[in-house]
Amino acid sequence: MCLAIPGRILSVSGDDPITRIGRVDFGGIVKEINLAYVPEATPGNHVLVHVGFAITVIDELEAASVFEYLREIGELTEGAEVK
Amino acid sequence: MKFRDEYRDPTAARHLAAAIAGTVTKPWTLMEVCGGQTHAIVRFGIDELLPKMVTLVHGPGCPVCVTPLEYIDKAIEIAGHSEVILCSYGDMLRVPGSSGDLLSAKALGGDIRIVYSPLDALVIARAQPSREVVFFAVGFETTAPANAMAAYHAKREGITNFSMLVSHVLVPPAMRSILASPDNRIHGFLAAGHVCTIMGYEEYEPIAVQYRVPIVVTGFEPLDILEGIYLCVLQLEAGRAIVENQYSRSVRRDGNRQAKAVMREVFRVIPRRWRGIGDIAESGLGLAEAYADFDAERRFGPVRTAVDEQGVCISGNVLRGRSKPTDCPAFGTRCTPEQPLGVTMVSSEGTCAAYYRYRSANAGSGN
Repeated sequence: MCLAIPGRILSVSGDDPITRIGRVDFGGIVKEINLAYVPEATPGNHVLVHVGFAITVIDELEAASVFEYLREIGELTEGAEVK
Repeated sequence: MKFRDEYRDPTAARHLAAAIAGTVTKPWTLMEVCGGQTHAIVRFGIDELLPKMVTLVHGPGCPVCVTPLEYIDKAIEIAGHSEVILCSYGDMLRVPGSSGDLLSAKALGGDIRIVYSPLDALVIARAQPSREVVFFAVGFETTAPANAMAAYHAKREGITNFSMLVSHVLVPPAMRSILASPDNRIHGFLAAGHVCTIMGYEEYEPIAVQYRVPIVVTGFEPLDILEGIYLCVLQLEAGRAIVENQYSRSVRRDGNRQAKAVMREVFRVIPRRWRGIGDIAESGLGLAEAYADFDAERRFGPVRTAVDEQGVCISGNVLRGRSKPTDCPAFGTRCTPEQPLGVTMVSSEGTCAAYYRYRSANAGSGN
């Protein structure tokens, strides 16, 4: 039930912070999403959406950190195998 | 889909599994809190990638499962009023009450509608002012800001034909309850990434210290979960117990400030009974006094506490991580998603449903 789906904001409409709406693209399916909880969000941002609300703007730098970490781990495990 | 598919890469998953295997020297038992994580673990076979010394047990994080029986009964009762339109998330419709579920109440003529968002219930209330629209507000902290916003809008717009039957639950008190139990066997937690997206993780820091358990805020994709397990095991092997944030692309330490502000405005913390588990102090949310006019219990009478459920179902132990679904004599035979005996088989995120779908010998094709 706590599922949240990533999507990309195409456009934003509305001036009232609590009714601001974004058109969000989920891999080809576009839905209108409430942006009240992500006032910093702008078109082009990726957001996680839960029951019609964007709950966070995905931090793209942090998103890559898993893979940097993996590269380090990859080296470590390969090193271990050589021994 | 960007920010999803890349976290399902099998080669990277094998690297992480190898790193976990190379780290572990002692047996450890970890609990993933969230039903969404349980589902991913069983679906992608993450538990089967792990060394034998790492055991995953599944936690209580399925709000549909822990919503008390008496709230289901109350929702069915409210839906029986001819002027009422009862709106609910689809997951709740097949959850058994003491006699029947919302789906059968709908079949008997109740005007029960599945909504995707709580704001959809408000749209119905605006469009049909002569009807009483009641939204069945369940969920953990992830869903609370969305549900709170429905009440916030209703108050702001003066919508008088809208109310909410609120059965919200909070994760940290449930974790404390599990850790404080004399037979606790959990060494570390994977905390629920979307709950923490809303709340942040400051409130987990005293739990890690008090009970000396590592808590790793973890996402929902296979690489997230494997990295969460790896970070947790690294801490355990080093004798450390702190809160770490694996899911940093979504979670900040102080969470979502706007969402927490609306939650604080609309809700207050109350004691809550968890189905299958029992009463847990300060573990729920109810409407704040300023929003009492939108409380369905004020309009339709209070929820009466039901008697404890009896029978063969072991969902209470499954929800606490004490039993696996396969420990149950009824699993997959007398109890299936089509004919469920208990909540953990009903909800699509319930642990029994996940095992049935992906593990049982007579499971469907799954995906």
